[in-house]
Amino acid sequence: MIKAILVFNNHGKPRLSKFYQYFPEDMQQQIIKETFQLVSKRDDNVCNFLEGGSLIGGSDYKLIYRHYATLYFVFCVDSSESELGILDLIQVFVETLDKCFENVCELDLIFHVDKVHFILNELVMGGMVLETNMNEILTRIEDQNKLEKQEAGISAAPARAVSAVKNMNIPQQIKDIKLPDLPQAIKDLKF
Amino acid sequence: MALKKVKGNFERMFDKNLTDLVRGIRNNKENEAKYISQCMEDIKQELRQDNLSVKSNAIAKLTYLQMLGYDISWAGFNIIEVMSSNKFTLKRIGYLAASQSFHCDSELLMLTTNMIRKELNSQNQYEAGLALTSLSCYISTDLARDLSNDILTLLSSTKPYIRKKAVLMMYKVFLKYPEALRPAFPRLKEKLEDPDPGVQSAAVNVVCELARKNPKNYLSLAPVFFKLMTTSTNNWMLIKIIKLFGALTPLEPRLGKKLIEPLTNLIHSTSAMSLLYECINTVIAVLISISSGMPNHAASIQLCVQKLRILIEDSDQNLKYLGLLAMSKILKTHPKSVQAHKDLILQCLEDKDESIRLRALDLLYGMVSKKNLMEIVKKLMVHMDKAEGTVYRDELLSKIILICSQNNYQFITNFEWYITVLVELAQMEFGSKQGHVIGAQLMDVCIRVQAIRAFAVTEMAQLLDIYTSTNQFTIMQEVLYAAAWLTGEFATELEQPEQTLRCMLKYKCLPQHIESVFIHNIIKLFAHVMEKYELAGRFDDILELCDAILAKMDDSIKSAELEVQERASTALIIINIVKEEILAKKNSKLMDTGEDPQPDELVASEILSLFSGELNPVAPKAQKKVPVPEGLDLDAWINEPIETTSDSDSEPENTENLFVKSDKYDYGSKSEKYQHEPTEDEIKKNREARKFEQQNNPHYLKGSLSSELNSSNGNENIENIPVAELNLNIPPLKILGQKRSDKYLKLQQKEKKPKKKSKKKKKHHKSESSSDDDNADTVPAVEVKQHMELPEGATLSDSESEQHKLDDPHRALDIDLDLPSIGDMLARKDGDEFETDKKEKKKLKKKDENVKDKKSDKHKSERRKKGKVENLLKLDLINDDEEVKIEQKTKKVKKDKKKSKDKDKEGKTKTKKSSSGYEEALGISTPTKENYPS
Repeated sequence: MIKAILVFNNHGKPRLSKFYQYFPEDMQQQIIKETFQLVSKRDDNVCNFLEGGSLIGGSDYKLIYRHYATLYFVFCVDSSESELGILDLIQVFVETLDKCFENVCELDLIFHVDKVHFILNELVMGGMVLETNMNEILTRIEDQNKLEKQEAGISAAPARAVSAVKNMNIPQQIKDIKLPDLPQAIKDLKF
Repeated sequence: MALKKVKGNFERMFDKNLTDLVRGIRNNKENEAKYISQCMEDIKQELRQDNLSVKSNAIAKLTYLQMLGYDISWAGFNIIEVMSSNKFTLKRIGYLAASQSFHCDSELLMLTTNMIRKELNSQNQYEAGLALTSLSCYISTDLARDLSNDILTLLSSTKPYIRKKAVLMMYKVFLKYPEALRPAFPRLKEKLEDPDPGVQSAAVNVVCELARKNPKNYLSLAPVFFKLMTTSTNNWMLIKIIKLFGALTPLEPRLGKKLIEPLTNLIHSTSAMSLLYECINTVIAVLISISSGMPNHAASIQLCVQKLRILIEDSDQNLKYLGLLAMSKILKTHPKSVQAHKDLILQCLEDKDESIRLRALDLLYGMVSKKNLMEIVKKLMVHMDKAEGTVYRDELLSKIILICSQNNYQFITNFEWYITVLVELAQMEFGSKQGHVIGAQLMDVCIRVQAIRAFAVTEMAQLLDIYTSTNQFTIMQEVLYAAAWLTGEFATELEQPEQTLRCMLKYKCLPQHIESVFIHNIIKLFAHVMEKYELAGRFDDILELCDAILAKMDDSIKSAELEVQERASTALIIINIVKEEILAKKNSKLMDTGEDPQPDELVASEILSLFSGELNPVAPKAQKKVPVPEGLDLDAWINEPIETTSDSDSEPENTENLFVKSDKYDYGSKSEKYQHEPTEDEIKKNREARKFEQQNNPHYLKGSLSSELNSSNGNENIENIPVAELNLNIPPLKILGQKRSDKYLKLQQKEKKPKKKSKKKKKHHKSESSSDDDNADTVPAVEVKQHMELPEGATLSDSESEQHKLDDPHRALDIDLDLPSIGDMLARKDGDEFETDKKEKKKLKKKDENVKDKKSDKHKSERRKKGKVENLLKLDLINDDEEVKIEQKTKKVKKDKKKSKDKDKEGKTKTKKSSSGYEEALGISTPTKENYPS
């Protein structure tokens, strides 16, 4: 079983956290912090396994991680998982992200955490590995994206236009403009 | 109305969405908390609106904030609202938020039951999949009970995507609602042979998780798994199956024998390291479980060790780590095969990677022999100096002590060296717990090895001297505890007891338990000094010492700690009495000088009698093994509790722990757990085992064997055991803080060359000239006491594992699945209705079930066993001639479903591709789009 999947950057900022066992929010933050401290002080050329921290797991649990550029992908698993298998799985996860975001980088994870979660949900479900075949995963994700697009249709057009405008970085004033309240008379009109 | 709606929509466009939130947080790094609290206000505003898409936007933002550590449970109801949306896009946001923030104790979950049920039965497979994924994160007992049938139905869905998720979901259901396991199990078993590889793999995954905790109930599935193992090419699934076999083999050795061959084939053929590694692991498990009686058993071990050596020699640190990990498993049963690779393991001790060094340390345990112990320990001591971080240091320390003390100090030829090592260790810095370890070890050695006491006590006296005279606190205080106790207990061995006594009197600010030991042992030491002086008639010296002690005790009696106070006042009174007696004696002696004092009139001997008697080591579990006497009910009140008002209820609990550190053991209530009374046979067996061990133990003097066995625990005979005298002609050592232990190593090396005289050296030489392997029959250099005190009839090996399992959720899943219940039968009928299209497959399986049905109709455990055996025997059949037949049958089935088979193939090749090349890395490119947060 996988107990938790954490992604954080070189400074320990969380980019994705998925706990398959309940921890209250402050505990989650402590776990992320502890895991970061354990993982970050290790060189890149040492092995990718280490005994789990005191907060999460215990002796049966291991942290298995990979470090890509600015991000750490950490899986906390128990002894029923194969160590090398989980390393493969992290690789599949990252490659899938790479396909979905086209040359994925930390920023994609920062701005699209929800999408990353949806992708992860196709790999792992409730702490158990659901699918390891990347093509299968990609089809499922595309299918669901199509479903979303169909729903959006025309009704989402204005929203998309606005977000495009926002991305152009309009001065804050415009955003702060409040629309005047509608005259009372109009509100009282009955149809 | 329409206008209002338009306005609402228009305003909404300027609402912050998730991207804005993230950007905002990044732009407000200085006052992030303030910015977020502002956003929280906005979000609350948004949640109050009717528009679902506004709400979903707010929930999406909340999910992000949850990741940053903000509690969002207050929005639970809104999350459920969003989950109930008709739109997939919104639903997805809601279910994601739920999976991140809900947990199985949320009361809100009651509201979700029907909604999730509706979703599970949705026509759209992605909606059902969404609900399953989310539910898996927070399923509660109620939800599991209410939805288990719906999920069970999904197991026979036509869409593999749903089947796959439903299979995994069933495991979560079992955990929360164990009653579901029995009726669902036949279906789950069918899924092991599902045409879709993904579903198959999921089913294997679930059964593995189930079997890991209660393997004996799944032995009957062995033939199915065996077939999968020999036919499948999906590495991920193979790994799981092989791991499962590793758990099953200890229960059924015949299965292990069957496995060896295909596993060795896999080891030879596979290119995937992950699979290779798991194969080796399981082969090891098999070899451990059968241990002997295999014809080419040695060959398999050899193969494993060879392959592991390749892994350890690999430049990839991961393989090195795993190789060492697997080696340690072999070490337990086949130490000799591992010892051949000593060079490699010692080399790993130098590795720059801490994880690898730790693994290599684990292996050292089996690497030591009398010959190389000193050398290895010296290496570890060098590491100790270099090591940064207390974790690794602590590990090193405990490993040094472990390898030295293993098997009653089997490998130590020179205890002086060991004491010196311990003293050196005592002067290094460790975590707070380590002092205790060293102290305990020092005491253990001295109590068990009589011959070393004189040397050890001198060392301890010096430690005390350093501690009191130099004012430095580099010596761990817990070691002082041992030092004080040893010098007091074995005061007769001291050369200059008075000097040591004066050292001890100079103690200052110690933890209470150490201070009390100091006080107590000052008295012991004083008694010895006094005896000497009294015989010599030096009464003035005694009086002077008395005054010194009294002065110190006057300080200690003011201590805040009760224990110290009590010890100090006892000491005060004793010393005062002594003083009076001595004064009287002195006066009487002054009066008539003619007579010599008779020995029996000595004041000192009276005090000495307070401390007489030999101490024996006590077995670690002895306290727990003391049986509760018959008729004693620890739960019964001694005095009926006085009726108290509610506000004073907490008082008794506090007083309980006032004087003694509370020990979590409640002997009364758990008495049934350790009441195990060994029968006559067991006692006999134990005795024989002990006899056998003693005969094979080089440290056990065989002459005393018979007399040992006459008494039940042998402790009374300790005086009769002849102790090998050590003829030590090494001058006393005075300088501390140097690497004195090296001296012994040099000494040992020197001895190897010239054939020298000296009684002790000769002995040494004998053991060294013979090869490593005959450690077993060397002449015992020093006698080590092995008996530990235990209550009558108790043995050290009584297992206590039951206790630990109590809180494991898997305990409830320990259900014998071969016994059908009514529910089981019903479920099977259900299954027939649903799977009319899979009848052909059923035929194949029927045989399997027939055997079991017949057997299990009668609820007798003997019969069940037989059923299992027959299943296992089938395994043989499959492997021999029926294998072909079954394969042909499966081919027929597959022909009917050409499409699925083709898919099947595609899937298999793909998975193979993705999981075989574990090394290749496709990194995330370095981001260039924007500047980074720092």
